[in-house]
Amino acid sequence: MMFRRRRTWAMLATIALIPIALSVAVKLSGAVLVPGSGAPFLDRVSHNGLFVAFTATVLAIPLFLPLTIAVVAGDTIAGEASAGTLRYLLIAPVNRVRLLVVKYLSAAVFAAVAVTTLLLTGLLVGSLLFPVGPVTLLSGNVIPLSSALLRVALIDLYVTVSLLGLSALGLFLSTLTVVPVGAMAATVIVSTVMQILGSLPQVTVIHPVLVSYYWLGFADVLRNPLTYGSLMNNVLLQACYIAIFGAFSYTRFSGKDILT
Amino acid sequence: MTLHREVEYAISTNGLTKTFGSINVVDGIDLRVPRGSVFGFLGPNGSGKTTTIRMLLGLASMSAGDVSLLGHPVPNGLARSLPRVGALVEGPAFYPYLSGRDNLNRFDSADREADPLTRTARVEAALARVGLTAAASKKVHAYSLGMKQRLGIAAALLQPRELLILDEPTNGLDPQGTREVRNLVRSLANEGITIFLSSHLLAEIEQICSHLAVMSGGSLVAQGSIEDLSRSGVINLTLVTPDTAQALGTLRSLGVDVDIDVDGETLRAQLPAGQLAPEAIVEALVESHVGVKSFTMEPPSLEDRFVSLTGEGFDVAR
Repeated sequence: MMFRRRRTWAMLATIALIPIALSVAVKLSGAVLVPGSGAPFLDRVSHNGLFVAFTATVLAIPLFLPLTIAVVAGDTIAGEASAGTLRYLLIAPVNRVRLLVVKYLSAAVFAAVAVTTLLLTGLLVGSLLFPVGPVTLLSGNVIPLSSALLRVALIDLYVTVSLLGLSALGLFLSTLTVVPVGAMAATVIVSTVMQILGSLPQVTVIHPVLVSYYWLGFADVLRNPLTYGSLMNNVLLQACYIAIFGAFSYTRFSGKDILT
Repeated sequence: MTLHREVEYAISTNGLTKTFGSINVVDGIDLRVPRGSVFGFLGPNGSGKTTTIRMLLGLASMSAGDVSLLGHPVPNGLARSLPRVGALVEGPAFYPYLSGRDNLNRFDSADREADPLTRTARVEAALARVGLTAAASKKVHAYSLGMKQRLGIAAALLQPRELLILDEPTNGLDPQGTREVRNLVRSLANEGITIFLSSHLLAEIEQICSHLAVMSGGSLVAQGSIEDLSRSGVINLTLVTPDTAQALGTLRSLGVDVDIDVDGETLRAQLPAGQLAPEAIVEALVESHVGVKSFTMEPPSLEDRFVSLTGEGFDVAR
């Protein structure tokens, strides 16, 4: 359903542009960056094309991925309400709880597809423009290409999970209004405010409960020995967001008068 | 909820009320929609018709009262009753980026009781029934208002239904379309489907309905079969004669003493239904040598009844 809308494809195409633009810029400039300068991993791109995928992920996480999630999640209920199709779904009949679950799952599928698009495009463009070989991890160890691809799959999982809490928040905001753009904007605002709070050392105490706390933590997957601690903590945090905002959505939506 | 009510009525409500803020938009109405009837739900814009329909279908919660839909309570029995109810509520709504056919597929797959194996056939049958087969592959954003309206009716006909709730089904339709919808409603009624038809267009209701309810300011001001509602009223008498003075005297001697209105050669009067037989009046007029050019006695039109029940002018809605 979602994939029959031009909007979805436009967003995925734009996501794919991030690694493409990044690779082309690095290739054309030809300059070798001083290690550690520029965006994380950027200095390694010209040595190993796989790093295109990692750098693109770092670049997309703070704004672009949350933005596309906000568009999809904010549209879930409010979009149907503003089009009037919500009333016809409910009298079809679709149980309201089932509708929320299905809508949430479609937003989650979009998150997975968006992240996979980003990483796959990165791998593809990186391998076309740059040499590809064994990867030097952040811990200094060198792992063969096959293991590195497994790490890419882990990053895919990690980043997708990172976006699930925000999707639940967007779903809840979407039950509050019949104006989809309002729910989308509110979701972006919440995501941005959380990242700003996350950068303020004065409020360290609340950092671990911010939805964005582990967003850049995917780099932990690029260390040896491979540990799952950060991934598990992220899963737990996102699960809490899903539980809380799932419950809010249910409370709000189950008894709501559908007047559009 | 007695068994009697379940068998007899497709829709029955007791004291159904909806309050927004401190205003009762729907104020304690007791609807009785007999099974097999074509039930006209009349009322000026803003009289609470659509809010009532939303409550019948569980889209809006009720502030007080209860509703039985096809024998099942609302909202707890909706999962059992709604698959047998087709509805068009406040205009059709579709996914503009999907074709007409795909929109119907989408709504049909949302209904878990709909058999996916027969979906294609049912969707095509519904499209054919409203004459949209040729336009079925076009995206809905290219549809005219009338086509959307017909597609909305097709969506309501995807499954065999026992009850159709049609809120203003001829909105936006041209005269041919209106006529088509009327014929469609008649043929569906002949199949034994109960039709609940809301409208503010009296002509539409008068032509096809067997029963009628009139809403005004959130209350039900009349309800019953068309015959009952017109019988309960008065009879309009119109007499055209050159001998108005003589005719006046004769009519008064017969006991027609309520306001006789004389306009040139035309006399108009209202008398209680069943008081005098038309042939008796004509006989008396002829005996007193009144030249009768034209004489009619007929129940007031539905429009007269409607206006007398709901008031005149645009400001009748609260």
